[in-house]
Amino acid sequence: MLSIKNLHARVEGREILKGLDLEVKAGEVHAIMGPNGSGKSTLVHILAGRDGYEVTAGSVTYLGMDLLSMPPEERARAGVFLAFQYPVEIPGVNNVYLLKAAYNAIRKQRGEPQMDAMDFLTVVKAKMQFMGIDPSFLNRAVNEGFSGGEKKRNEILQMLVLEPRLALLDETDSGLDIDALKIVAQGINKLRSPEHAMVMVTHYQRLLDYVQPDVVHVLADGRIIKSGDKQLALELERRGYDWVLAEAAA
Amino acid sequence: MTAENQNVEKLMRGEYRHGFVTDIESDTVAPGLNEDVVRLISVKKNEPQFMLDWRLKAYRRWTEMQEPQWAHLQYPPIDYQAISYYSAPKSKANAPKSLAEVDPKLLETYEKLGVPLHERAKLAGVAVDAVFDSVSVATTFRNKLAEAGVIFCPFSEAVQQHPELVEKYLGSVVPYSDNFFATLNSAVFSDGSFVFVPSGVRCPMELSTYFRINAANTGQFERTLIIAEEGAYVSYLEGCTAPMRDENQLHAAVVELVALENAQIKYSTVQNWYPGDERGVGGIYNFVTKRGDCRGANSRISWTQVETGSAITWKYPSVLLKGDNSIGEFYSVAVANHYQQADTGTKMIHIGRNTKSTIVSKGISAGHGQNSYRGLVKVLAGAENARNYTQCDSLLMSGLCGAHTFPYMEVKNPTAKVEHEATTSKISDDQLFYCRSRGIDTEDAVNMIVSGFCKDVFKELPMEFAVEAQRLLAVTLEGAVG
Repeated sequence: MLSIKNLHARVEGREILKGLDLEVKAGEVHAIMGPNGSGKSTLVHILAGRDGYEVTAGSVTYLGMDLLSMPPEERARAGVFLAFQYPVEIPGVNNVYLLKAAYNAIRKQRGEPQMDAMDFLTVVKAKMQFMGIDPSFLNRAVNEGFSGGEKKRNEILQMLVLEPRLALLDETDSGLDIDALKIVAQGINKLRSPEHAMVMVTHYQRLLDYVQPDVVHVLADGRIIKSGDKQLALELERRGYDWVLAEAAA
Repeated sequence: MTAENQNVEKLMRGEYRHGFVTDIESDTVAPGLNEDVVRLISVKKNEPQFMLDWRLKAYRRWTEMQEPQWAHLQYPPIDYQAISYYSAPKSKANAPKSLAEVDPKLLETYEKLGVPLHERAKLAGVAVDAVFDSVSVATTFRNKLAEAGVIFCPFSEAVQQHPELVEKYLGSVVPYSDNFFATLNSAVFSDGSFVFVPSGVRCPMELSTYFRINAANTGQFERTLIIAEEGAYVSYLEGCTAPMRDENQLHAAVVELVALENAQIKYSTVQNWYPGDERGVGGIYNFVTKRGDCRGANSRISWTQVETGSAITWKYPSVLLKGDNSIGEFYSVAVANHYQQADTGTKMIHIGRNTKSTIVSKGISAGHGQNSYRGLVKVLAGAENARNYTQCDSLLMSGLCGAHTFPYMEVKNPTAKVEHEATTSKISDDQLFYCRSRGIDTEDAVNMIVSGFCKDVFKELPMEFAVEAQRLLAVTLEGAVG
């Protein structure tokens, strides 16, 4: 589904990604771990199409398409979704209004009819309940005045409504208490299916207790230096990153 | 500058969609202003003596006045002798009795503006007093209003049919000597709207007027007077667009509102005069005096405005809170795009006891636009327990535009509470990217973010007007997205 080959990228002239390779197949969940500043967030931002990154070499193919040539909205309509580490507040714009616009933009791309407000509300309400989101959410502006946990839950709610083929989760577990973490994990697991793939950036093993990854990667200094199964995450939790870095340097 | 900001810049280059000129011959007097011109206007309109006297007083006063310079505006000097002060469609002699008799070209003009007069009037239940240049050409729903005892007619007609009301109220809120532009208007005003809602009557429909400037070099001097007697209610909508042309056109309107005891007046404006082109050439100069007088106890006056047009906007819809417990409100969205300059705000003058005022101002600056909020909250010594809340937000959409805030407060009563909040924010790359990463394209995302910013004002507009305002804002800030 997603094939990243030899990706090099700079931010403000500084090289962050230095030849990154990654293959993600439909149905797989990949966890990307690594020390601070290794390029994890940069990777998902580049995949989602954020400005300010200069790709100097390499390619990204998604469902046979050249992902890097597409503007962010086209990527989203083709099924790529980024759950933000710091979801943005948009004052005065209703949560459901934004979500409905997104939903219908994606349906339009697929040649499906637009869904009206009442039907859409039914869809959203069911998923809100699943995510333990308060009904007052329907009357509030996008992320405005939300707690950190509410913002993250809103990201996962959006993901469940939009049902992306490829979900990119940028430190979705950070800043969550254990109850919120469980709910968020439950949302992520709900989307797992043979058609959907996920790339989760995380610092901590604890999310992986609830969302079992198929593959765990260590990203350091702009490259994936080690990959393994979920045991690798446990080992990283125990021993830190130094031994992986040493192994890679050897 | 990031690519997304460049996109915003591009969006801002949207061109004025209502730029066209209707080919109708005008009966226009030669440019220039003197006592003879003032007399000529009065004669053309067959006015009673008191009107001529009032105009002449204003004219004489005006010759002694100086154009105000205090606003944060820059424009070349206006040559008042180069302006023609009267223009009327030639068909005036046999004025139309119904829409069927209206010049089809005029109707076409309204169609282009998205104002299909007949349909709109029928569908929306709106009575439309359409002003084309200086003379009103069509009025609808007059009978239904007459049944309720409401008078809604062109100002010139009110002068003929209800001179006693005109004489009693004209200039009672904005005196002929008030300020340079209002005084000029008093001397030469051509026409406008007159509304009288008698005691205890709730006006059965929204009242609406569409103004339109058309003849070249013709200053527009509209005069509107709205009176709500004891316990009456009226909601009045004003909207306007103008054809594209190069000369700067002066517009100096006056609106006076009078609310007696327990009366309420809601005055909503969507203003879309030609703003000039991308380089700042042309556009309307809009110097407007709007003032409401809460004359009676428990009265209420609300101004809601969406200002997207004009090269220069100088406008401060105000409320004199004379009656005890009276309420004044001002909700405003002002856009300054390209080289537009807006200096707008309000004055809330608390005179009576327990008077309340609310000010919500949203300024949007784009391109090289300069947007200034200028507001005065004045609490007089006798205004026990006066309350004011002011919220003043600015949204910047480019690196070259400007937002300025000039709030003035004069409080002479220790029991008064006056609150002021102000924010300035830039439409952020983060917000745009967030929307785009959800599948929403840049143009829709900008509209969504801007509409969200303006929501507190839009919700004060009557429903169909709110939709129109939102559309207008989208058109104003829209370009061809590449």
